[in-house]
Amino acid sequence: MFEKTVAELSRALGRKEFSSAELTTVFLERISRYQNLNAFITVDPERSLAQAKAADVRIARGEGGALTGIPVAQKDIFCADGWLTTCGSKILSNFTAPYDATVIDKLNRAGAVCLGKTNMDEFAMGSSNETSYYGVVKNPWNPETVPGGSSGGSAAAVAARLAPAATGTDTGGSIRQPAALTGLSGLKPSYGRVSRYGMIAFASSLDQGGPLCRTAEDCAWLLNAMAGFDARDSTSVDAPVPDYTKTLDQKIEGLRIGLPKEYFGEGLNPEIAQVIQAAIGEFKQLGAQVLEVSLPNSQLAIPCYYVLAPAEASSNLSRYDGARYGFRASDYKDLLDMYCKTRAEGFGPEVKRRIMIGTYALSAGYYDAYYLKAQQLRRLIAEDFRRAFEVCDVIMGPTSPSTAFKIGEKTDDPVAMYLNDIYTVPINLAGLPGMSVPAGFDARGLPIGLQLIGKYFDEARLLNVAHRYQQVTDWHQRTPKGFS
Amino acid sequence: MEWETVIGLEVHTQLLTRSKAFSAAATKYGAEPNTQACAVDIALPGVLPVFNREAAHMAVKFGLAIGAQINHRSVFARKNYFYPDLPKGYQISQYELPIVAKGHITIDVDGSEKVIGITRAHLEEDAGKSLHEDFHGMTGIDLNRAGTPLLEIVSEPDMRSSKEAVAYLKKLHELVRYLEICDGNMQEGSFRCDANVSVRPFGEKKFGTRAELKNINSFRFVEKAIEFEVERQIELLEGGGKVVQETRLYDSDKNATRSMRSKEEAMDYRYFPDPDLPPLVLDDAFIADVKKTLPELPDVKRARFIKQYSLNAYDASVLTSSREMADYYEQVLCESGADPKIAANWITVEMSAFLNRDNRDIATSPVTARMMSSLLKRLADNTISGKIAKEVFEAMWNGEGDADAVIQKKGLKQITDGAAIEKVIDAVIAKNPKQLEQYRAGKEALFGYFVGQVMKASQGKANPGQVNELLKNKLKP
Amino acid sequence: MSLDREQVRKMAHLARLTITEQEAASYAETLSRILVLIEQMNAVDTTGVAPMAHPNESGLRLREDTVTEPNLREKFQKIAPSVEAGLYLVPKVIE
Repeated sequence: MFEKTVAELSRALGRKEFSSAELTTVFLERISRYQNLNAFITVDPERSLAQAKAADVRIARGEGGALTGIPVAQKDIFCADGWLTTCGSKILSNFTAPYDATVIDKLNRAGAVCLGKTNMDEFAMGSSNETSYYGVVKNPWNPETVPGGSSGGSAAAVAARLAPAATGTDTGGSIRQPAALTGLSGLKPSYGRVSRYGMIAFASSLDQGGPLCRTAEDCAWLLNAMAGFDARDSTSVDAPVPDYTKTLDQKIEGLRIGLPKEYFGEGLNPEIAQVIQAAIGEFKQLGAQVLEVSLPNSQLAIPCYYVLAPAEASSNLSRYDGARYGFRASDYKDLLDMYCKTRAEGFGPEVKRRIMIGTYALSAGYYDAYYLKAQQLRRLIAEDFRRAFEVCDVIMGPTSPSTAFKIGEKTDDPVAMYLNDIYTVPINLAGLPGMSVPAGFDARGLPIGLQLIGKYFDEARLLNVAHRYQQVTDWHQRTPKGFS
Repeated sequence: MEWETVIGLEVHTQLLTRSKAFSAAATKYGAEPNTQACAVDIALPGVLPVFNREAAHMAVKFGLAIGAQINHRSVFARKNYFYPDLPKGYQISQYELPIVAKGHITIDVDGSEKVIGITRAHLEEDAGKSLHEDFHGMTGIDLNRAGTPLLEIVSEPDMRSSKEAVAYLKKLHELVRYLEICDGNMQEGSFRCDANVSVRPFGEKKFGTRAELKNINSFRFVEKAIEFEVERQIELLEGGGKVVQETRLYDSDKNATRSMRSKEEAMDYRYFPDPDLPPLVLDDAFIADVKKTLPELPDVKRARFIKQYSLNAYDASVLTSSREMADYYEQVLCESGADPKIAANWITVEMSAFLNRDNRDIATSPVTARMMSSLLKRLADNTISGKIAKEVFEAMWNGEGDADAVIQKKGLKQITDGAAIEKVIDAVIAKNPKQLEQYRAGKEALFGYFVGQVMKASQGKANPGQVNELLKNKLKP
Repeated sequence: MSLDREQVRKMAHLARLTITEQEAASYAETLSRILVLIEQMNAVDTTGVAPMAHPNESGLRLREDTVTEPNLREKFQKIAPSVEAGLYLVPKVIE
């Protein structure tokens, strides 16, 4: 059962080969068996099973939809009514969300079963899942390596078949990079496609929720339910949601693929370069044309991002002050002391680092040199993409400059850690949709991801292109050893 | 040395929307603590702001009323600071690009007009309230007010005396109530004022160092706080000291200002555009729609009243002091057909006295415009005299019905029957032979005495004109 | 540009974070390294480039002025660290 994709499970549930309760039990048992991966922060079998049974009733009445009864692991960044929602932080270690995020609400309405809340980098700030207050997550492909981040728990859970699908969020690569490092298909939709309401904010102008699945087809199924206009989010775009599964099989003959030369320069592991070239070769076989494009300001995306994201975060995280919810320090002498101790004890080192950088970038006398400069660069980066898309339909390249690295390898060097996002961050800055799909393995057997970048709101095309690729390759069907 | 005072005011007006600026929670005043504080208002993780159209509408209405340029594109920014009544740790406000740009207001001080510049007016959200009653040494936070839309109106430093400051503030107060964008209730904090005060030697072009006075919530306190602060600064400067730029709190009990924080410890608010809120873009159609809702503005109305109804400036200004008052007056004119000057007198004198006595405003007056009209009609058709009319007014005030009902019930109808009046006159003359003799001997001052006696005998109901005429004839030798 | 301990302490205070002397030193070092990374931005001349605050630059959508939020005080205050009489309690605020 656990080897099946969402699409397969949905068909099986519809044919009543097994019930959602049985299916959910299988996954709950696996979650419990593979606890050592530390993929989940919270599991609540009773709650999950209650949802599964309700889904079974819907299916029995013939009222089920595509996702009814499908267990989905939720990144612990999404508020889910009645569920502990920590965002990977101590400061929310006692926070039982009193409302549902729009994504959660939409998946609930679709009949999906919440399988639990997955581990993540604290407030999504990290590329390795090592900043979580709830401990590191292990990569099922090699438990000594990281699963990537920040949606590392979601990625590890789906890769280890502890869940058929999971939600993630992506501010600078947090869906695509872990998908690449764990051999999954992950989609970061266009900014404004998926509601951010109830998705705990890291950097508001960059954050976007999306699915982490085994296949592009499953991503399409999940996105169908997750996407759409939300009146509660002023940045949500009021545009109809197409049925993303309908266009999956379209032919891609004549597709113009742009390869940004900046994505294949130094710093890219040659093994990865080779795998990406091989993947491009497959697309040529499928009839695509390949041409070189240029994203000249891409190399400045990391500096730009590390101003904008921390600046927004420093403000977004001010609400965690111990006054209305969450952790409050136990010993303080006055209000200021309560604030300072609550936040010093409640936030981990990486979060504090980013709060301070962001505070600095916004502070009097530095705003123009940092924040404004970064916003100007952001426009140049977005312009690069606009120009490139005048000559191509999809841009492709590596998702990550390296495969999964060893736990602890980069924790002492934040700058080295930040450079993991070099290929993913520009897409967030431009607000475009991006995807990572498995395209091969390195010599150590660790997965390598191919990144696909689309035009604004062109998710359907990305999913179609990825799906066609997955019909002629089997990288997405590999299971890490010990989990089949 | 002669000193000149320089004052600029920052006024926070709570906009009269039903729901909050960025959430759909109610804005009603006086609810149980935190019962109108929704997920957005208490800043739960993950919540997002969505802006209220009506607040934009009201801000534009104000801008149009002060002849200001409306910025078609304005930007919400975050003002970052920690305070328990500020749940997000930042206030959403407008910083670099406010919705309303430069405009002006004309004030009238001691009969001369002066134009006061308005630098800008911007939209922002109100904070919650800290309740300092002792909760075991803790402070209680009520977030019902958090997120209520405010329009902050910033004036140029154009005022030169506390009197001008008060005149400006009253003018602004009148205007926002006319526009129905703010209820102007200063006790409840819907209209709040901060004053930037400095002094400089007369003739000096440069501004002196200013102090910002906070927490002045009545017209009287504005005047007193500024006067105290001016004195303090002059004393300081004349004693060889220096004014420091700081925020000072006005204490109305002590009638003094005290330092809150100086500029050295000034906050670094780290303003930046709110990434949750794209720019507020208003097209011409939006602004044209707002224009259609603009009422006749107080100054225009005042001028019209003077011209159309031949009123003096004082009456016109009392009658246009609020939209309700002006509407009342015009409704009375329309229904009663009374002489505009007489109707004006009844409202500015009799009605005003009763309103003041009972601390009411025109909107809650027990004598409605219709009742007032009934009174003026009976006055015009001589059913009652002016004197009786006052009695009727008081009865109406006390809830005894309209003028006709009161006249009927109390039998106050004027006597205009000549024969009946003659009968009364004859009786009075018969009772006062001595006075009659004196009058006829040339003591004409006694005429008034006879009138008085006749009126008294008729319980005030005899028509005074007829009494005069008939009496003159009867008293002739 | 590098950050010294004094600046770190100032940022920590603005951000309401208690930091020890030792932490100040370590933050000064790592934050300075991050600033070196950030300052690579200066390689590009951005004179005249309009800043981009949002990926989607259409105007703000406006909400109708209606009250739809119910009173959920009890639910919200169940997860609060300290409440009394419907109020959130914090250490005394001194003005």
